[in-house]
Amino acid sequence: MHEKERHVKANAQDYNDKFSYADNHIKTSKYNVLTFLPMNLFEQFQRVANAYFLVLLILQLIPEISSLSWFTTIVPLVLVLVITAVKDATDDYFRHKSDQQVNNRQSQVLIRGSMQSEKWMNIRVGDIIKIENNQFVAADILLLCSSEPYGLCYIETAELDGETNLKVRQSLTVTSDMGDIAKLMDFDGEVICEPPNNKLDRFTGTLYWRDNKYPLDNEKMLLRGCVLRNTEWCFGMVIFAGLQTKLMQNCGGTQFKRTSIDKLMNTLVLWIFAFLICMGVILAIGNTIWESWIGRNFQVFLPWNTFQSSAVFSGFLTFWSYIIILNTVVPISLYVSVEVLRLGHSYFINWDRRMYCSQTDTAAEARTTTLNEELGQVEFIFSDKTGTLTQNIMVFSKCSINGQTYGDVYDEFKQRVEITEKTACVDFSFNALCDRRFKFYDGSLVEAIKLEDPAAQEFFRLLALCHTVMSEEKSEGNLVYQAQSPDEGALVTAARNFGFVFRSRTPETITLCEMGRAVTYQLLAILDFNNVRKRMSVIVRNPQGQIKLYSKGADSIIFERLDPSSEDLMHTTSEHLSEFAGEGLRTLALAYKDLDEDYFDVWKKKLLFASTVIENRESQLDVLYEEIEQGLKLLGATAIEDKLQEGVPETITCLNLADIKIWVLTGDKLETAMNIGYSCNMLRDNMNEVFVISGHTLLEVQQQLRSAKEHILGLSRVGSAGDVEKADMFSDDSVFEESIIAEYALVINGHSLVHALEPQLEHVFLDLACLCKTVICCRVTPMQKAQVVELVKRHKRAITLAIGDGANDVSMIKTAHIGVGISGQEGMQAVLASDYSFAQFRYLRRLLLVHGRWSYFRMCNFLCYFFYKNFAFTLVHFWYGFFCGFSAQTVYDQWFITLFNIVYTSLPVLAMGLFDQDVNDQNSLRYPSLYKPGQQNLLFNKRQFFLCTLQGIGTSFLLFFIPYGAFTVIVKEDGSHFSDQQSFAVTIATSLVIVVSVQIGLDTHYWTAVNHLFIWGSLTVYFATLFAMQSNGIFGIFPSNFPFIGTARNCLSEKSVWLVILLTAVVCVVPGLAVSFLRVDLFPTLTDKVRHLQQSRKRQGPQEQSLRRVRRTSSRRSAYAFSHQQGYGELITSGKNMRMSTVSSARSPERTPQSSTWIENILQKKNEVSDEITAQTAAAH
Amino acid sequence: MMASSYNAKEEDGHNSGASNNGGAGVVKSKKPDNTAFKQQRLPAWQPILTAGTVLPAFFVIGLIFIPIGIGLFVSSNNIKEFEIDYTGVDVNNPCYNCAKNFSWNSTTPCLCSVPFTLEQPFESNVFMYYGLSNFYQNHRRYVKSRDDSQLNGDQSALKNPSKECEPYRTSEGQPIAPCGAIANSLFNDTLELYYIDSNGTKNTIPLVKKGIAWWTDKHVKFRNPGGNNNLTVAFQGTSKPVNWRKPVYELDPSDPENNGFINEDFIVWMRTAALPTFRKLYRIIQKKSSTTPTLPSGKYLLDITYNYPVLSFDGRKRMILSTISWMGGKNPFLGIAYITVGSICFFLGVN
Repeated sequence: MHEKERHVKANAQDYNDKFSYADNHIKTSKYNVLTFLPMNLFEQFQRVANAYFLVLLILQLIPEISSLSWFTTIVPLVLVLVITAVKDATDDYFRHKSDQQVNNRQSQVLIRGSMQSEKWMNIRVGDIIKIENNQFVAADILLLCSSEPYGLCYIETAELDGETNLKVRQSLTVTSDMGDIAKLMDFDGEVICEPPNNKLDRFTGTLYWRDNKYPLDNEKMLLRGCVLRNTEWCFGMVIFAGLQTKLMQNCGGTQFKRTSIDKLMNTLVLWIFAFLICMGVILAIGNTIWESWIGRNFQVFLPWNTFQSSAVFSGFLTFWSYIIILNTVVPISLYVSVEVLRLGHSYFINWDRRMYCSQTDTAAEARTTTLNEELGQVEFIFSDKTGTLTQNIMVFSKCSINGQTYGDVYDEFKQRVEITEKTACVDFSFNALCDRRFKFYDGSLVEAIKLEDPAAQEFFRLLALCHTVMSEEKSEGNLVYQAQSPDEGALVTAARNFGFVFRSRTPETITLCEMGRAVTYQLLAILDFNNVRKRMSVIVRNPQGQIKLYSKGADSIIFERLDPSSEDLMHTTSEHLSEFAGEGLRTLALAYKDLDEDYFDVWKKKLLFASTVIENRESQLDVLYEEIEQGLKLLGATAIEDKLQEGVPETITCLNLADIKIWVLTGDKLETAMNIGYSCNMLRDNMNEVFVISGHTLLEVQQQLRSAKEHILGLSRVGSAGDVEKADMFSDDSVFEESIIAEYALVINGHSLVHALEPQLEHVFLDLACLCKTVICCRVTPMQKAQVVELVKRHKRAITLAIGDGANDVSMIKTAHIGVGISGQEGMQAVLASDYSFAQFRYLRRLLLVHGRWSYFRMCNFLCYFFYKNFAFTLVHFWYGFFCGFSAQTVYDQWFITLFNIVYTSLPVLAMGLFDQDVNDQNSLRYPSLYKPGQQNLLFNKRQFFLCTLQGIGTSFLLFFIPYGAFTVIVKEDGSHFSDQQSFAVTIATSLVIVVSVQIGLDTHYWTAVNHLFIWGSLTVYFATLFAMQSNGIFGIFPSNFPFIGTARNCLSEKSVWLVILLTAVVCVVPGLAVSFLRVDLFPTLTDKVRHLQQSRKRQGPQEQSLRRVRRTSSRRSAYAFSHQQGYGELITSGKNMRMSTVSSARSPERTPQSSTWIENILQKKNEVSDEITAQTAAAH
Repeated sequence: MMASSYNAKEEDGHNSGASNNGGAGVVKSKKPDNTAFKQQRLPAWQPILTAGTVLPAFFVIGLIFIPIGIGLFVSSNNIKEFEIDYTGVDVNNPCYNCAKNFSWNSTTPCLCSVPFTLEQPFESNVFMYYGLSNFYQNHRRYVKSRDDSQLNGDQSALKNPSKECEPYRTSEGQPIAPCGAIANSLFNDTLELYYIDSNGTKNTIPLVKKGIAWWTDKHVKFRNPGGNNNLTVAFQGTSKPVNWRKPVYELDPSDPENNGFINEDFIVWMRTAALPTFRKLYRIIQKKSSTTPTLPSGKYLLDITYNYPVLSFDGRKRMILSTISWMGGKNPFLGIAYITVGSICFFLGVN
């Protein structure tokens, strides 16, 4: 039944039970002890292959058609089923364990008048629970009251949306004083609200209590997954529990991920099955004809079975017999081998030292072992921003004070020095209150402060005063700042270290410690930040009695309001700002103003008046703020680095060169997202156009999308006038896409995305997005992230990869073909939901370009070879059918059939599948274009499959007919005949093993010792087994199972047999060799060229790459500290939040070296590669 | 999935706390080992197909194959072979009557004589084969219709043959020894060869009937139940195959080493042919002295005891006389194939 509205009554269990809401029990496991076997087997037999083998097994048990012993199928089948079942069982066991652990977590619940400890799973809707500081919220609850005044409490929602800054929740005033148990007991309010849904930022409901109605919104809700911070305790009433909580609703179902090769393989298995049936039918018809023309007469020596009434019936039975014999074209060992390969590739990922992060001591981890080759085919990457691209650490990096920049370090030759771990930090020991984690490298700024340069002093005074940070001094000198945005924290911390320490504040005062002296300023007003103003100001009275206005904000905004006297300074500063912005730093301009006492008094009165009016209060206040923030004097500018993860721009550039499209999906604001887009090189100034879609209605969005698309298409039509016809010919956009040379970017806001994702717009949106080099979606909810991924997945037939670090990325990670989690950070949810995890975004490059590419390459070669091998092996029976009366007689010994795939030929192909490298890892990274064949699915597709089966069929033909030609009249050297079936079998089997071994040798690009061991070893094992199984001893023990006694000895001692084998081997291998040689020689691919290059380079030895720092040239400026929120000024001046109990410690802003970029090198290389290669290959010839 | 993350986080906290407090215990880094294997840097040989490697290879193959082919071709051509069809399809064939009047029940064997002339003398040892055509010894039901345990002298299998032998498993309530369709269809024509010298007298050519089977078959695979002494007793309680005229222990009463299951004619028959046209070794004509040829050119007479019906399924019976060389019997196919392949490779290599 669909729930339309939810009724929850506090402390009324009986009432709530009527609705049978979900309890707080969470279940992610699939099986229990009883259901495991049937469910698991059922699931396993849903795989086409397993079902197919089951059918075969049943067929083999029927003696009349059994052309092979049953053990040839059942042994491998059981093995496969057991291994898979064990794996599933262990997985589920761990899920059970984790479920249990979560469900058994303790929480304080109000039961019968007292707080009792209760397991999470027993919490029910309507319960009143108590949450203490730093505890996880157990369910979605309505906040009733807290230890803080006015029912305020602070939560961290990192698990939900990835934002680490604290958020405030406030209870209804009527419930905020219910801090004791008796009052809570009496509370019998009823909440009527929306049914469970996945919207994290919306809640609508009403509380009915004491005949009054109180509206409820999201500000009064604490959602499961939040952590209570800075609040001793709070009480809440459970509204949604368990699977109905917003967090769980956002999870999305766990999908079983399959790679496209898996799907292709399933299709191919069906094709092969059809092919089998065709052959079966041909042979069955042959049998019918044979039986009625020859077999009928041959009954003198071979009477028909009693039940075999007619030739047609015999044909029918033969059909099934042939199905059994020919089933080895898709042996079960294929599936086992594929799993083994994937497992091996996963281990190589886990073992890779280049994907190991020493700071967090985390190695890369392949959590899913079944997706590796898909890593080589990725076309779209969806990336989270915070924590993935950026470290979410803001660092005060540079500043411009009074026309002088600080922050860069120069050596004695006036050359700018690269800042690394080793660069000496400025010594802040003069300041007892400094934050030791703060690092600054330019000593001249400290000199300026020490020399009491007034501008520098005023600069830091401003930073110490103009903010909404809360401070707490746990012990003397141990200051902890609780900043509402990391930017502010960084600025105040900078001021603190440069000797202007913000120590404490009350609603009316701010106490600083200026160069060791305690100074208290009177706080007269806070002119708060909002998105339109893009600035904030404070008005203070200093101890000398002067009234000053300090203001910081977006440069463009501040510059408009400057006093004419600052004009020169403004120009210099403006230049500095451009420089900062060019380095991807977030900038703020700082200014101050001395206020006249009388003027301020008048203004203050106006302000008081305005703040009491009801209508248009906001706009009236804005006008007043605007009035006083005029004629400012510029102090300088700050530059904050939103620290990117290491190597992000390089990685993105490199992936772009590999034709991978990167979309950033972030919960951040538009400005922040764009800023990061610029700093990690996704948005560039030289881009033709950056489209920003931020319409609020469907029509607006449609309009914007259409015009953007027309702009692109129109421009390129004009731009390439000659190609107009061509473009018209291909009306399909995806084709047209290729011809667009100009670079575009698309930035879309969350509220517009809602409309863009609607069915009537999604096509336009997708087309437009795919025309753009870069797509950034901001302000998106976790579910929208998944929807975007889903959209691309559905319409683009491309492999998608989602990468993220937080709980808000989980749905996207689960939806994408491949999910990657950033590990080593705080939250683990993304990692747990992911398929691959590692510590840094930059490892993605290696994961895709090296591991993914290799995996894909290896898997494709493996499959090609495997199908070739099995067709060559099996179809010999088909040809033989024409000479044995279509009787389903096997060519080979049964033991050979059983062992061929498992023992004789499995290891060499596994070694190739595990170790083969066409191009080494350095070159894979160096030439990202090598990745493209994977995206175009060139190495294994239906055509390739067709070709390698054709090769297999050809080989089987030769394998049969060359010995056939020789065996019609062959005799032994002692004259005795040996054109018998067993000698024939041994000859063909030996030729086959040799041919496939030679073929794997030719297919192997990278001969390690293991390959040698396996290939030669397999041949040795083949001969050893052959002789062992045909020895006197084993025949003596099981005479009826080993009828081939002595055949190998008699047969392989003949020169003529070896001549036949040699001839067969050469004839089977040479055509393939000739074809592949001609292909490499006449139509070399990029891979072939790089291989040549690699070989010729080897002699020269490795070359060092020259690294140099590239300065991004960007005229873009970043605006105000973007993660800021409105409304904190009011909280401070009202004093509501002045009782801070505990403060969570901020994360250490560890300085990681900004690795030098070589983007330009790469960009240049793109062109160089082809030239270089042509030159080199020409030289090689 | 979601839910499990919380505890993971908590546990992380606990772990780090514990390790910090422990202090003394060295925390093992998760850094992967720097081994060539794990880092996929195993030393390797990386062959590349280039004109410099592939073309010479072709060239070399050609150089090796062409001489082999010529050698094979020449030696195959030097082998002398004589073949005569005695099925009796044609009215003019001496065996026409025998073939025509064949009956399973006749007690008197039908005899016929086929004269022939060897144009050239056969110098070395000569091997005498019988050849059958259109005879499907490789049919699945035929191939599996035998009991190797029984043939290996296993007592229980003798009395209770494998089900695979049906419908030749029991006869008149007694188990058949040897059971199965293969044994039942044993080739039982008797061939005798005479040299007609210039006087017109028939000289019997001695035919050696031992040494025609593989050593392993004769000594390992086939064994009489209860040893070779007194086979009549050993085979008591068994029945002869339906088509046979005499029981298995009377196949060669003169030689206990060639009687019963280890009779070489029987063993040769039991080694089923791969293809429907085949030949099997029947007798060996030993070279007597180095001066005279084993079979001088001239007239010969082949006496056949015609027991084996093949006409009903359009089969053919042949008698073949052949010498052999280092690579076995006459086989032009291999020589020609080698020369062809060698030439193709050679030309590929040269270009």
